[in-house]
Amino acid sequence: MRKLILSAITAAGLMASSGAALASGGGEPLMKPGFSWEGFFGRYDQAQLKRGFEIFNGVCSNCHGLRLVAYRNLAAVGLTEDEIKAVASAREIADTPNDEGEIRMRPGRPSDKYINPFPNDKAAAYANGGALPPDLSLMAKARVGGPNYIYSLMQGFVEEVPEGHSIPEGKYFNKYFPGNAISMPPQLMEDLVTYTDGTKATVEQEAADISAFLNWAAEPELNDRKSLGLKVMIFLAVFTALLYALKRQIWKNIH
Amino acid sequence: MSGFQTNNKVISWLDQRLPIFSMMQHSAIDYPTPRNLNYWWNFGSLAAFVLVVMLLTGIFLVMNYSSHTSLAFDSVERIMRDVNYGWLIRYLHMNGASMFFIMVYIHMFRNLYYGSYKAPREVLWWVGILIYLAMMATGFLGYVLPWGQMSFWGATVITNLFSAFPVVGEHIVTLLWGGFSVDNPTLNRFFSLHYLLPFVIVGLVVVHVWALHTVKSNNPLGVEMKGEADSIPFHPYYTIKDLFGIGVFLMFFLGFVFWAPNFFGEPDNYIPANPMVTPPHIVPEWYYLPFYAILRSFTLDVFGIPAKLQGVVAMFSAIIILFFLPWLDTSKVRSAKFRPIYRQFFWLFLIDCLVLGYVGGKPAEEPLVTIGQLCTAYYFAHFLIIMPLLGKLEKPKALPASIAAAVLKEKA
Repeated sequence: MRKLILSAITAAGLMASSGAALASGGGEPLMKPGFSWEGFFGRYDQAQLKRGFEIFNGVCSNCHGLRLVAYRNLAAVGLTEDEIKAVASAREIADTPNDEGEIRMRPGRPSDKYINPFPNDKAAAYANGGALPPDLSLMAKARVGGPNYIYSLMQGFVEEVPEGHSIPEGKYFNKYFPGNAISMPPQLMEDLVTYTDGTKATVEQEAADISAFLNWAAEPELNDRKSLGLKVMIFLAVFTALLYALKRQIWKNIH
Repeated sequence: MSGFQTNNKVISWLDQRLPIFSMMQHSAIDYPTPRNLNYWWNFGSLAAFVLVVMLLTGIFLVMNYSSHTSLAFDSVERIMRDVNYGWLIRYLHMNGASMFFIMVYIHMFRNLYYGSYKAPREVLWWVGILIYLAMMATGFLGYVLPWGQMSFWGATVITNLFSAFPVVGEHIVTLLWGGFSVDNPTLNRFFSLHYLLPFVIVGLVVVHVWALHTVKSNNPLGVEMKGEADSIPFHPYYTIKDLFGIGVFLMFFLGFVFWAPNFFGEPDNYIPANPMVTPPHIVPEWYYLPFYAILRSFTLDVFGIPAKLQGVVAMFSAIIILFFLPWLDTSKVRSAKFRPIYRQFFWLFLIDCLVLGYVGGKPAEEPLVTIGQLCTAYYFAHFLIIMPLLGKLEKPKALPASIAAAVLKEKA
């Protein structure tokens, strides 16, 4: 048994060395507000996801895409069918050719993926001073620190550029962004949106909510994953205990 | 040790024409196994179990994957989001790769500790190294398939290593790429080979088990089985012990799958591949890191030999040297249990490999470069100096007369 524990430590060491490989270049250590979906029993807070969606739809989506999420998926965030239709039809997308072979624009449908604010990357970059606003579908998985990174970055803007840093024209200083010079201007402020659930829209609240929504966008399966995991683990614990008892029984006369 | 007998006429008829039942009886039931194997001997069957998991999940992933550069990334995300339980299948496969290497590394270090590679098990050991090499290739090829940033840049860096070889290097790289850069032909051939190699591994595993059943298992004492009293039949003793091991392993494995599925991965691989943007820090998967550290520890051109070539040669040598281990180790005694000095060096070597792994995952900065170089030197010294000398200098403890004698003494 002692040796098995030792092996676990060895494995953990191997993992730590791989985990430690992911150093980021932002400088400041990330803020960790503690999200509802963290930990063994953690789940998304649907009300928070909906608040996050309200920020995304009202603010972020003016520049950023969410191309891997379909409008229909927003049911998981707590939108009704009619609300989903309304959100989807707010933008237009090229239809398939009609009987005369013409391609017309049509409003989005719930089955469409989130329609990009710009027709292509070039247009997006051109409209944003040469910097392409990244698609946010996987942002919570594609950065070291994930949701904590988003939470920190959204609040990491500093108006006075600290000494020793030079920020080029059209860029902003952010404590958490690799290299510190970010093209996105500060976005969050008091009462940026009016939440439909009446929550007070402080900057921290907004940052937490948008991080939650983007984490859901990146890992929509999380709730299912953790609840299935729990059932599987309970089964395995009982099953393995039985196997161990059987092993002891069979080996009784050998040792 | 009864041999196969049955009253069932159909089974008997079949068995006389194709002795499949006799073979099972002989190889999986009666097969004599040392009575004193400890839990470190579970990792072979665990590795085989993971191989099966990888094959099954892989086959289902392929049903939904597209190996075109413009589709690969999104097809993986479609598996994650829209395919029923696609996230489970993919996370099992992704984490299964890391599990496979953890199981095999423990299996290999167990083998080093108990001297299982020594006569008459050299060929068994060789086939094991071939499996390990095939795993490394398969793992690398598979990591490229999601076509994220780390897939693309990992593929670029690793395939570029072959350009270090004089004259033929550039041609090898062009052949690997199927063109002049990592692109769609590269992805297609990697996908094809990633599907092929696991079946090569299965074939090698069959040979591995064949060799094992010819020479039988080593054991913690390192003395051969001599009579009936030393061995027990594989079934039910080791079938149940292996099953229990699989239960414990599944809890470890699925703990990652359900609660930390991206623990072993790189965030950069959730960014679609972009040949125009190089990630700040390109790292291979964790299981290659010790060899990556060896590769990078050569920083000076010596006698006109470029540092890169030295590194590549050293990296390959680090694995090839394992083939010679049965002769580099000059000790007649197998188990480190009876080799007090070797035992210390074993742990030093393990620590050396872990440090190399750590260094391999970090940016090449001082003092890590120097630490990496010292550890690389020690890695080779372990095999080329310490192992040959120890066998001559060390005075091993007295070996027990037989397995049964030692077990019964312990019991008393």
